[in-house]
Amino acid sequence: MKLESKIPEGPISEKWTKFKSMAPLVNPANKRHIEIIVVGTGLAGASAAASLAEMGYKVSAFCFQDSPRRAHSIAAQGGINAAKNYQNDGDSVFRLFYDTIKGGDYRAREGNVHRLAEVSTSIIDQCVAQGVPFAREYGGTLSNRSFGGTQVQRTFYAAGQTGQQLLLGAYSALERQVGLGNVKMHNRHEMVEVVTIEGKARGIIARNLVTGKLERFFSHAVLLCTGGYGNVFYLSTNAMGSNVTAAWKAHKAGAYFGNPCFTQIHPTCIPVSGHYQSKLTLMSESLRNDGRIWVPKKQNDDRHPNNIPEDERDYYLERRYPAFGNLVPRDIASRAAKERCDGGYGVGPSKMAVYLDFKYNMMQKYGRTEASKHNIENPDDATLLRLGQEVVKEKYGNLFDMYKQITDEDPYEVPMRIYPAVHYTMGGLWVDYNLMTTVPGLYALGEANFSDHGANRLGASALMQGLADGYFVIPLTIGSYLSGEIHTKAIPTSHEAFEAAENRANERIQNFLNIKGTRSVESYHRELGLIMWNKCGMARNEKGLNEAIAEIRALREDFYKNVRVPGTDKEFNPELDKAGRVADFLELGELMCIDALNRNESCGGHFREEYQTEDGEALRDDENYKNVFAWEHTENNKWELHKEELIYENIKIQQRSYK
Amino acid sequence: MKHSMKVNLQVWRQKNAQAQGNFENYSVETNPNMSFLEMFDVLNEQLIHDGKEPVAFDHDCREGICGMCSMVINGNPHGPKQAITTCQLHMRSFNDGDTIVVEPWRANAFPVIKDLSVNRSSFDRIIASGGFVSVNTGNAVDANNILIPKDIADEAFEAATCIGCGACVSACKNASAMLFVGAKVTQLSLLPQGQAERQSRVVAMVNQMDAEGFGACTNTGACAAECPKGIPLSVIATLNREYTSAKLNGK
Ligand SMILES: Cc1cc2nc3c(=O)[nH]c(=O)nc-3n(C[C@H](O)[C@H](O)[C@H](O)COP(=O)(O)OP(=O)(O)OC[C@H]3O[C@@H](n4cnc5c(N)ncnc54)[C@H](O)[C@@H]3O)c2cc1C
Ligand code: SF4
Ligand code: FES
Repeated sequence: MKLESKIPEGPISEKWTKFKSMAPLVNPANKRHIEIIVVGTGLAGASAAASLAEMGYKVSAFCFQDSPRRAHSIAAQGGINAAKNYQNDGDSVFRLFYDTIKGGDYRAREGNVHRLAEVSTSIIDQCVAQGVPFAREYGGTLSNRSFGGTQVQRTFYAAGQTGQQLLLGAYSALERQVGLGNVKMHNRHEMVEVVTIEGKARGIIARNLVTGKLERFFSHAVLLCTGGYGNVFYLSTNAMGSNVTAAWKAHKAGAYFGNPCFTQIHPTCIPVSGHYQSKLTLMSESLRNDGRIWVPKKQNDDRHPNNIPEDERDYYLERRYPAFGNLVPRDIASRAAKERCDGGYGVGPSKMAVYLDFKYNMMQKYGRTEASKHNIENPDDATLLRLGQEVVKEKYGNLFDMYKQITDEDPYEVPMRIYPAVHYTMGGLWVDYNLMTTVPGLYALGEANFSDHGANRLGASALMQGLADGYFVIPLTIGSYLSGEIHTKAIPTSHEAFEAAENRANERIQNFLNIKGTRSVESYHRELGLIMWNKCGMARNEKGLNEAIAEIRALREDFYKNVRVPGTDKEFNPELDKAGRVADFLELGELMCIDALNRNESCGGHFREEYQTEDGEALRDDENYKNVFAWEHTENNKWELHKEELIYENIKIQQRSYK
Repeated sequence: MKHSMKVNLQVWRQKNAQAQGNFENYSVETNPNMSFLEMFDVLNEQLIHDGKEPVAFDHDCREGICGMCSMVINGNPHGPKQAITTCQLHMRSFNDGDTIVVEPWRANAFPVIKDLSVNRSSFDRIIASGGFVSVNTGNAVDANNILIPKDIADEAFEAATCIGCGACVSACKNASAMLFVGAKVTQLSLLPQGQAERQSRVVAMVNQMDAEGFGACTNTGACAAECPKGIPLSVIATLNREYTSAKLNGK
């Protein structure tokens, strides 16, 4: 099958406008007969479900948590980008477009990214109208800050809880439609199969997690808004329940998987502290606005950080990347931390950490401003620190509290210790400009698709993409498909395709329960995570990837012989839910390694040690790899590679430089 | 710091909504840096290893923001420390040899699903009854067209940080949901965007709250004391004021 991206013709700045005016529509009377399933209620899913219901479609939405408001988007901290240029600092749609393509190391589609930049401004308007309480200036206007990989201030935020506030906005819009009877919400339901009939997506099988029952749902189109798969690494900043199951079942039903190995390792997370650890906690990128990253100049320096004098500190990001300093993109900051720690300069008990230090800006930036606001002349250091701490508390208070809660150390007094951790997956289901996968009628939105971030996502762009997809893109693009479906009557779920899909799901469940082995699901997950982190993580090479593939296959085989899943399938059984998710990770992990092995270049977050410049930067191979890898599942854990060439007509591709 | 410690747990076990529950005793080897939920992971690994059923409990983000975790620990929703959720509690808040009693939220409007998991859909239905601004996608004006003074925006934000966990209900002897409802009503009545539906919203939400079987508020303040996000009691005063004024206006 040939991959068609369906990017509209014409100049880049007119593609979306033209699409909007030409897109086929469904008239209001017909909408009432068309059913849409939205799986996932994070930013992408909640915004899509609400908007489609407002338009008049009949929507059913699903999430595995006890409420749609708990989707993992709730945890996003730092902010959301939009090309508003409220700061008058030279921002524009083109600049956001350019930054995103460059940040992604020239591995994203121009057409999609330009559209994202265009609709970004409407997102902020919509959220404010819903009552999202963004941070504001004294004059009452909206406040902005900077994120990595940009030189303008275009990030809107609500303290360190931006995701929460945006999701609660989308959730309230969704609940409004539930109240109006336009959306039927299914909490504690997990999608376990996509049902296709004559090649088109026609519904899903979902497991009611409270009763254990497999339930059938018909629809004219299915939208997967099921988030990312970072938990394949076991330890990540994702919520415990985040999983690949929905996307993976879609993949097995025919949807190609795009760039599976493109993983984002976030540079500023609280380091691992023990083997019992269940997850890692992010310290938002926004902290790099005011925190400076350093390690001691001396190896194995055990002194307390406050006792290490200024000239014995190596502010390695400022040293290596003077133009962007502490605000280089994530992939670069993460590798630089690893480079220092591998070289013996790391700090803390494990020596796998670097300092993120706020003292300088607390005193010199905020302390001084506050002192002059309060007419304090020649303030001493203690006064500067006290005044600065108050400002920092207002900006990042909840993050500082969170840090203290976890580490038992006070970041107002001592620098934070941080280390990179798995955070986001740029890879995902391959979609065209309409956000449709290779299965007609099956769509993927938000982090679940592969589309806009290339090989590295810029900070504050995932929230933007999730809401762009849900509020502004899908309501329009879905019409192209549904306008051809107005004569399709609801198909009864007694149809043999539903029967077969339910049987497949049931067989899997019975199999898990019947193995009756000795090892817990968790132990397999942890072992898989270690393989992935060591061999398909921040640095990859051919030998390691080949080893990883063999190890994952062996682990998978062992899982199906020795796993122990307690309880039954007729009750609330979280261990059984987890078994299904880990089983899918055990397959996805292999595909990620295969993908990484086939991409013989380094780009963005994908760093193949064999391909680097003399000073250790990623070395792309545009001649052979200026493309998207889209994998087709052909038979049990066998895949065929398809490539989509990327065409750059508006941006000149070059070696990415932040020096 | 000591590196290992042992605690005795008395955990509420209940097979399903219909079953009678009871406490079971367990002892767990843990350490001070472990989070409370990681201690439960260790317990569950142990139970699975011994061929027994693990304890069901709700959790997801494990960083205090999703509102899913929900354990009553020694009588306190979210445990002994103030202003944090269960998942943010660490074993360093306990001593070696302590006995810890762990129960689910207790309220008629939050029926137990299994062990420590409860059903909080009643909160969603309260939001669906009016906890929103009716603005369809695409209807918005430019975000900076309506200026909002910083102190008002900050106050609205503070009320909006409620994570919908239900600890307030669990803490209240009447199982009242006034703090939760007050937080949303306060947020939206402070903001210009919330004005059009200000009165109909508060009446609809209070009616739904009553219909769900939450109890009345007798001003004991237990809710705010246990709220992990520090939602202040003043939101209840605001709720009462908004409700009375809406009623006076015949809503
Ligand atoms: C700690 C943290 C901080 C972040 N901070 C930022 C930030 O400041 N700015 C930014 O732009 N991005 C940030 N991100 C990234 C961003 O939050 C996510 O990429 C984004 O929220 C994903 O949204 P989503 O709607 O695609 O999916 P999610 O919010 O993950 O939602 C997934 C939904 O799918 C449902 N689901 C999944 N599988 C199934 C299934 N099988 N059946 C039924 N339902 C299912 C879930 O219940 C859930 O409702 C952060 C990420 C993390 C981890
Ligand atoms: S008001 Fe506080 S305790 Fe009640 S639901 Fe909200 S966050 Fe939880
Ligand atoms: S698990 Fe999310 S708040 Fe505790």
